[in-house]
Amino acid sequence: MAGKSRTSSNMVVKDEVMISMQAVNKWFGNFHVLKDINLTVNKGERIVICGPSGSGKSTLIRCLNRLEEHQAGTIKVQGIELNNDLKKIDEIRREVGMVFQHFNLFPHLTILENCTLAPIWVRKTPKADAEAIAMKYLERVKIPEQAHKYPGQLSGGQQQRVAIARSLCMEPKLMLFDEPTSALDPEMIKEVLDTMVSLAEDGMSMICVTHEMGFARKVANRVIFMDEGQIVEQNEPEEFFQNPQSDRTKLFLSQILGH
Amino acid sequence: MTQNSHNSVFVRKVDAETLPPPQNEMGIRGWLWRNLLYSVTDYSSVSAALRSLAMIFFTVLVSYVGLTQLWLLLDFVFFSAVWSDPTGIKREACWTLSQGGTLPDDWHAACWPFIFAKLKFLAYGPYPMDELWRVNVTGLLGLAGLCWVLIEALPYRRLVGVLMLTAYPVIALILLTGGASEANYFNATAYIFVGLALITVGRLGQRDLLGIVASDFASIIGFVGWSLIVFQVLMLIFSVDVGLKPVGTGDWGGLMITLVVAVTGIVVSLPLGVILALGRRSNMPVARLLCTIFIEFWRGVPLISVLFMASVMIPLFLPEGVNFDKLMRALIGVMLFSAAYMAEVVRGGLQAIDKGQYEAAEAMGLTYWQSMRQIILPQALTHVIPGIVNTFIGLFKDTTLVSIIGLFDLLGAGKSAIADASWSSPVQAISIYLFVGFIFFIFCFGMSRYSIFMENKLSKSRSH
Repeated sequence: MAGKSRTSSNMVVKDEVMISMQAVNKWFGNFHVLKDINLTVNKGERIVICGPSGSGKSTLIRCLNRLEEHQAGTIKVQGIELNNDLKKIDEIRREVGMVFQHFNLFPHLTILENCTLAPIWVRKTPKADAEAIAMKYLERVKIPEQAHKYPGQLSGGQQQRVAIARSLCMEPKLMLFDEPTSALDPEMIKEVLDTMVSLAEDGMSMICVTHEMGFARKVANRVIFMDEGQIVEQNEPEEFFQNPQSDRTKLFLSQILGH
Repeated sequence: MTQNSHNSVFVRKVDAETLPPPQNEMGIRGWLWRNLLYSVTDYSSVSAALRSLAMIFFTVLVSYVGLTQLWLLLDFVFFSAVWSDPTGIKREACWTLSQGGTLPDDWHAACWPFIFAKLKFLAYGPYPMDELWRVNVTGLLGLAGLCWVLIEALPYRRLVGVLMLTAYPVIALILLTGGASEANYFNATAYIFVGLALITVGRLGQRDLLGIVASDFASIIGFVGWSLIVFQVLMLIFSVDVGLKPVGTGDWGGLMITLVVAVTGIVVSLPLGVILALGRRSNMPVARLLCTIFIEFWRGVPLISVLFMASVMIPLFLPEGVNFDKLMRALIGVMLFSAAYMAEVVRGGLQAIDKGQYEAAEAMGLTYWQSMRQIILPQALTHVIPGIVNTFIGLFKDTTLVSIIGLFDLLGAGKSAIADASWSSPVQAISIYLFVGFIFFIFCFGMSRYSIFMENKLSKSRSH
């Protein structure tokens, strides 16, 4: 599996900085969740973040679109600094898509309405255009025939693919994935991962919190290992898996790959 | 199955057949079995037999008591009731022989001619007879609009709904009161200019031109400005003389007042309750505190004392010369009271919404109000339809309390009809209370059925 399908040629990393985090710290009450995070992500990069539960991976990516507020340090997304300015936060959220562990589709809206909601209300796209865009991305995730159903009528894997399509409808510059396959039945994980791989092949910048190491090997150009709120190790996937440096990384990898 | 004990390997060669369910699961037999016989047909042991027999005994007993009571009611209301008074003898039509009438001595049933004679009074109270068409037009217009909004097959429902909430109250008020209220044009103009000034301040604040404090409160300032203008414009509209004879709210009564109070309360309490509920869950400390205090205050006092206060206290807070009439004060009291209840019902629904829904909406870049309007409230309100309708029904029945501050609602009109000596008879009071109760039942039952219809419809389209 190792060298089988390394980065395909069109996954180009550009020199343009997408995200820069400098000395970011965050606390939940007394608990120090993020400790001195420094991270730069270029346009077109595909980053996988892994680590034991409670290590701050989700919190880190949730800081990138201000679902969580950081208390120290600076975060810039596409050159815009995240602070209390609501207009800037909205500007960033328009450009950053997010896919959640539990899909978070809107159960009272059809699949199509889920996908057209943000374009219509946030981007002010006319309804017909928004629907055309939505159908384009639903075809892309291979479920156009479900467009008029409600989320509750779909399987977990289908719901997660809808959630990806819903984010894509805003035509984001960056996609954040927060454990997108953790809530899925084993037989549905592949369909979601395939969708994500094809996104990566199209050159989408993405940051992915996941334990799917096969996915990391296949598409990531950097794997970041976090533990206790810090970035412990980051490396290219090949090196990261073959030759982990820190003991904590070795232990973690032996635990998740050992069975 | 060909499976032996030594070898646990099993491979199915032929698919198992799909069989129909057992006979007594389906059709009439299934229904009878599940609903009537299931609990009374087990005699396999002594305790089971005792249980079955006890079940039969209680079923028969409850049916007997229930049916005899139902028969008594039907007999009282329909079969033995006096339906007409062709000779115009009024009260004597409902008198027994010993009381001086013609009915047998053991007669005891409803006296409907009395109700027929009082129908107009029960419906309109002392509203002037020649002007009743105005009430009828208002009522029919309201009914037509309501049906239009509630029936989903009709086009332009949204437009009609907006008109019902904006234009209809104005038309209704002009029709019912006759318009031509006194207006102080100088004050109105002054207030409108103040409103315009406030809107301007709000606009400037929104563009960050007036410092942080002003920009935080910009929307509130703008809102106050708009309310001032809308209120003054409404006052000016009401002061236009449309040629109708003025009828003061003192001459309103009966079902008409019940409906005016209930409909206003219902229509205002829902949006106000939603705003209060959102405020109570807001991150802004001041808004949260204000909403919490408001809700707890209004929930903490009985409606009767609210109504008393409305007729005594509100005049004290108003500037001199401004004089709300009694009905208006009762309306405000009922609105705020039911809004507080509604707020807690809606808050219950908001709390049932998964945090992920808020996050998904935020992550897409929807603003607070967009995500509330499009994502959160539709789900939250659907969850609490039973609670909302509960509050509506409670409010509808609580309107009877306005009789305490001297308004003649349906029940009040009924009571004063009883005082009419020309119809006095032993069954006079029972008849009128039955009738008034029936009217209340129709309205409340209607709301209840519509809410069940809505629940079913929504749960079908959003099935999981």
